[in-house]
Amino acid sequence: MVEMRMRDALREALREEMLRDERIFLLGEDIGLYGGSYAVTKGLLEEFGEERVRDTPIAESAIVGIGIGAAMGGMHPMVEIMTINFSFLALDQIVNNAAKLLHMSNGQINVPLVIRMASGGGSQLAATHSHSLEGLYAHFPGLKVVCPSTPADAKGLLKRAFRDENTVIFIEHTANYGLRGEVPDDPDFLVEFGVANVVREGTDVTIVGYSGSVHQAIRAAQLLEEQEEISAEVIDLRTLRPLDIDTVVASVKKTNRAVIVEDAWKFGGFGGELAAQIMERAFDWLDAPVARVACKDVPLPYNRNLEFYALPSEEDVVEAVLGMFKE
Amino acid sequence: MTTETRKDLMHELGAEQLGLFLYQMVLIRRFEEKCGELYTKGKIRGFLHLYTGQEACAVGSIACLEPKDKILTHYRDHGHALARGLDPNRVMAELFGKATGVAGGRGGSMHLYDVEKGFLGGYAIVAAHLPLAVGLGVAAQMRREDFVTLCIFGDGSVGEGEFHEALNMAVLWNTPTIFFCENNLYGMGVPFKASLSTEIPKLAAAYNMPAVTVDGMDVLAVYEATREAVAHARAGKGPYFIEAMTYRYRGHSMADPELYRLKEEIEEAKRRDCIDRLRRQMTDAGMLDDAGYAEIEARAEAVVNEAVEFAERSPQPALETLFDHLYKEPANG
Repeated sequence: MVEMRMRDALREALREEMLRDERIFLLGEDIGLYGGSYAVTKGLLEEFGEERVRDTPIAESAIVGIGIGAAMGGMHPMVEIMTINFSFLALDQIVNNAAKLLHMSNGQINVPLVIRMASGGGSQLAATHSHSLEGLYAHFPGLKVVCPSTPADAKGLLKRAFRDENTVIFIEHTANYGLRGEVPDDPDFLVEFGVANVVREGTDVTIVGYSGSVHQAIRAAQLLEEQEEISAEVIDLRTLRPLDIDTVVASVKKTNRAVIVEDAWKFGGFGGELAAQIMERAFDWLDAPVARVACKDVPLPYNRNLEFYALPSEEDVVEAVLGMFKE
Repeated sequence: MTTETRKDLMHELGAEQLGLFLYQMVLIRRFEEKCGELYTKGKIRGFLHLYTGQEACAVGSIACLEPKDKILTHYRDHGHALARGLDPNRVMAELFGKATGVAGGRGGSMHLYDVEKGFLGGYAIVAAHLPLAVGLGVAAQMRREDFVTLCIFGDGSVGEGEFHEALNMAVLWNTPTIFFCENNLYGMGVPFKASLSTEIPKLAAAYNMPAVTVDGMDVLAVYEATREAVAHARAGKGPYFIEAMTYRYRGHSMADPELYRLKEEIEEAKRRDCIDRLRRQMTDAGMLDDAGYAEIEARAEAVVNEAVEFAERSPQPALETLFDHLYKEPANG
């Protein structure tokens, strides 16, 4: 085990996988000379050279499309889309080509591709630069969607993404890049997809989060224990597709209450899907309606006070939990 | 193409190769005519875009490729599939949505595939396959393989951002990509002159890519230009752009009332028909007589009839296969 930040854990995963598999190469905006917008790819150009670490023009659609084509040609590329906000420009490539070619070609063409993107609000970047789209990508059959919340998971899941023969959308919350944690240095360390992590055990309520919201869930659980003597179980989904609904349902059957926390908008969001699945599988165990804590239904403003008011907080989670215990 | 170079090329290719060009064009023509007929009978559903009139583009260009080379094309893709040697039975079965189709009935007319033949698909989102063609070129370079990718698209693509992004990056990275634009004068019903502020080859030239315009109703002109482009790309000299001026005889799709063009224009194009032209040239050169041409027509007719019978008697895909090929497994054993 080595303590490191999440950005360093991600870089370690890329390095190790590139050393392991020659098919892996990286392409994206400013990932080479600049070292990556969030410094994830820093030093990799020097180590692996220009053929395997490629700076590209600002052309998200073509970058992803070239990644898909290279994958079809026998490579296993990683495309970095600087931030998830720019992935709208590549949405057609992701949705119509990466996600569908295997099925439409009746199994003839697969697209082994990892697409990394930085996500989330809370940095006063205003509405165009503050999206949380994990749920959007999870909507499309054919994609896998991964969103780690810790340095160890970031490394293990990213390495696992390069062992997959399908397209993996790998979403990193910007607030987590500087987060420190213990990370295994075993080059064979992998975190399997579709296995949620019970971060904290509890008996009274289940709080489910993913990506950045896991940390709000953990802080809320601490507050609930300290101030309200409520024992909250916290689950980090880690991957939205495949989704480990079994772990969530088992927890809810134990605690009889569920709160879902996410940075994305509530309306039409992933939390709604999760709430429906909990209802379908554990309705008789629920002592209260499933609660959702999510971003308020507005574009995120620049002003710090307004932005934080719009985003979900640990206090919002505590409030939602307390609401379930009121008579 | 001068008369002299045409003579030389015909001599070089010989009666057998030219006869194959003629046969492939006739086969595509008959196949497409049959598809139009079957569509009105409800045997083929969804969108159907017929390729009649444009046959010389597919036949002349694809003849320049080797088996290791790759093809990506647009949704008007039956002609390219047949020119590449995909089994006509399985192409027709795909149009019928049958399990024996080249995509198991999952793709339909606009999405034909045969990876074994390097036929990596018809793409139904305009210009979305151009970046893929560049990516295949990157793979060829990184794997030290010398296959080239023929990327076929229509004039409607040139307004899309991906067209420009792909051309730019192909030149920046010197990929072995042949961009082949079938300019049939209309993006659906909009004349290309109304949707482009310049001329198509100038766009390629602006990205420092060699570009030529050829008569896309002349299979020999298409062949000559593509052969040069393939040699250029395979030699590591980078991408190459061909604009082939062509014409589709039918509407954009089967739903097209064709309000945007005059019958006279279609008749004029038919006077430049690619099949009539090669037939005449071969006849003049003493390489073909009426009996020879009748034999070609009969052979094409028989293949199309057999394809329809095959498609008719093929099974529907089983409902329990619905979720097949959603993800490739095993991920890692």
